[in-house]
Amino acid sequence: MKRLAWFAVALLTLGLVTACGGAQPKTGGGEQKTTIGLAISTLNNPFFVDLRDGAQEAADKAGVTLVVLDAQDDPGTQVSQIEDLISQKVSAIIINPTDSDAVVPAVEAANKANIPVITVDRAANGGEVVAHIASDNVAGGKMAGEFLLELIGGNGNIVELEGIAGTSAARDRGEGFHQAVDGKEGVTVVAKQPADFDRAKGLEVMENILQSNPDIVGVFAHNDEMALGALEAIEAAGKLDQIKVVGFDATDDAVKAVQEGRMAGTIAQKPKEMGRLAVETAQKIIAGEKVDSFVPVPLELVKK
Amino acid sequence: MQAKINWGARVRQMGPGLAVLVIGAALSMLSRDFLTASNLLNVLRQVSINAIIACGMTMVILTAGIDLSVGSVLALSSAVTAGLAVGGTYPLLAILAGLGIGAILGLFNGLLVTRGGVPPFVATLGTMAIARGLTLVYTGGRPISKMPAMIRSTGAGYITGIPVPIVIMAVVVLLVYVFLNHTPYGRFIYAVGSNPEAARFAGIPVARVLTLAYLLTGVLSALAGVILTGRLNSAQPTAGSGDEMDAIAAVVLGGTSLAGGQGGVLGTVVGALIIGMLNNGLNLLNVPSFYQQVAKGAVILVAVLLDRRRR
Repeated sequence: MKRLAWFAVALLTLGLVTACGGAQPKTGGGEQKTTIGLAISTLNNPFFVDLRDGAQEAADKAGVTLVVLDAQDDPGTQVSQIEDLISQKVSAIIINPTDSDAVVPAVEAANKANIPVITVDRAANGGEVVAHIASDNVAGGKMAGEFLLELIGGNGNIVELEGIAGTSAARDRGEGFHQAVDGKEGVTVVAKQPADFDRAKGLEVMENILQSNPDIVGVFAHNDEMALGALEAIEAAGKLDQIKVVGFDATDDAVKAVQEGRMAGTIAQKPKEMGRLAVETAQKIIAGEKVDSFVPVPLELVKK
Repeated sequence: MQAKINWGARVRQMGPGLAVLVIGAALSMLSRDFLTASNLLNVLRQVSINAIIACGMTMVILTAGIDLSVGSVLALSSAVTAGLAVGGTYPLLAILAGLGIGAILGLFNGLLVTRGGVPPFVATLGTMAIARGLTLVYTGGRPISKMPAMIRSTGAGYITGIPVPIVIMAVVVLLVYVFLNHTPYGRFIYAVGSNPEAARFAGIPVARVLTLAYLLTGVLSALAGVILTGRLNSAQPTAGSGDEMDAIAAVVLGGTSLAGGQGGVLGTVVGALIIGMLNNGLNLLNVPSFYQQVAKGAVILVAVLLDRRRR
């Protein structure tokens, strides 16, 4: 019983301390600094690290405080993090959803608190979102498909390594790719297999595909991690000259592989640009300016 | 009595082996590319990482424990090995440092369970998060690439035509088999798993046995991490996520009881083989992605159910 009482006292003290701490920036201090929240799906991926860096740079430049919260790809964590941002009364929330459906209640909660919401990369399937900032994955997939056709001279067997089944990136990039290659005479997609956006899986799946298809001339992977894994398998099989690999995302490793001539190309999303545009759009909204509901982030083909 | 127990153990070992034969026969009929020397070596190489982790997992599960941290331990060891090697440390030292990280994390798990009295599930869940977090801190969330030749050869090299990971796997399986069956501490692992109280009364140093099981699992996960680093020519911050599930599946498919005390490492290798053959076969047959997950789950359940029947 006594212990319980002590525990209660400790809890109360803790509550009081944090309450004071949290209140300070608003009551004390001369100038009011705008705070923008960035709820990011994961920092366990170079792409989102770049996105964060781009947003941070833009925020630093504008003298805005950016609170970055990492959901580690867990939708539940993300919802509570957004709730935390709402109770901090930030001026705008930029959300990079872990899941387009699971994030909806959090968006609605922000709507209720009159805090404008911007989504980046992945969209939210509900609630009021002022602006969505993303690259056009379908266009990127098509760009990759057309480049691959050009590389193989419009002739031969090709492979598609798919991302995690059911994700919008895998769906859209695949759709764009098929818009480019389907129905082309002389071109067959002999294998279309999931490797879950993962380098180790890309390696294994490509090793397996090479067992049954020795005459492949091209590979399109829905992201660079899988492309780089496939590249290791192709190199080990001694077929680097025969097979052209095109990835997506233009991560540092992939761009290096392209420069070395091992990988044929990759589609660059511009995560830093995405982060920058998100913060700039948020500032415009806070300043009361009108913004477009979709802000496309340009893609580009990276080749040697 | 004695004969009956041996008979039961024999059947338990045969069940998974039978599953391998059935799946192998089915795949050979469905795809002419399955039963080739190059593809079988390919499957074994792909199986090696999971099999090495699962050897450790077998020891822990034999003590009626569990280790959820194997994938994260793999990732941190891989990152540290890669980071040091890229930084110019002599590759062998970098590898030893990686293995050392595995040993420390394994020891940490063991002490949490024995000294701290934390249930293995919770203790290793905590370590799993800590090790993954440290991996992200160390790598900054980015892959570490371009390994020196020595580290590369652990994953991509060959010894007289046989891929190095397969050789390492064979050595690990042999060592763990001998340890479990022919050394006092190995037998203690079974004793502790079947009845910790009785083991304690029999004068077996239970805490030390448990700690050793977790420590060895940490080292083996780290070894798998080194091999993966070589295979991918890089260390990935996300490496090994979900590996604990594959390892547990291999152990269970191999007939080791989650209640502890029963089973062995040979069954585990067969279990890992079933999973590897399945992944390979689904790719060879170009099965659409949505159906692959259904097929994997179904085969695992059927194999375990068949195994139960036979007991």
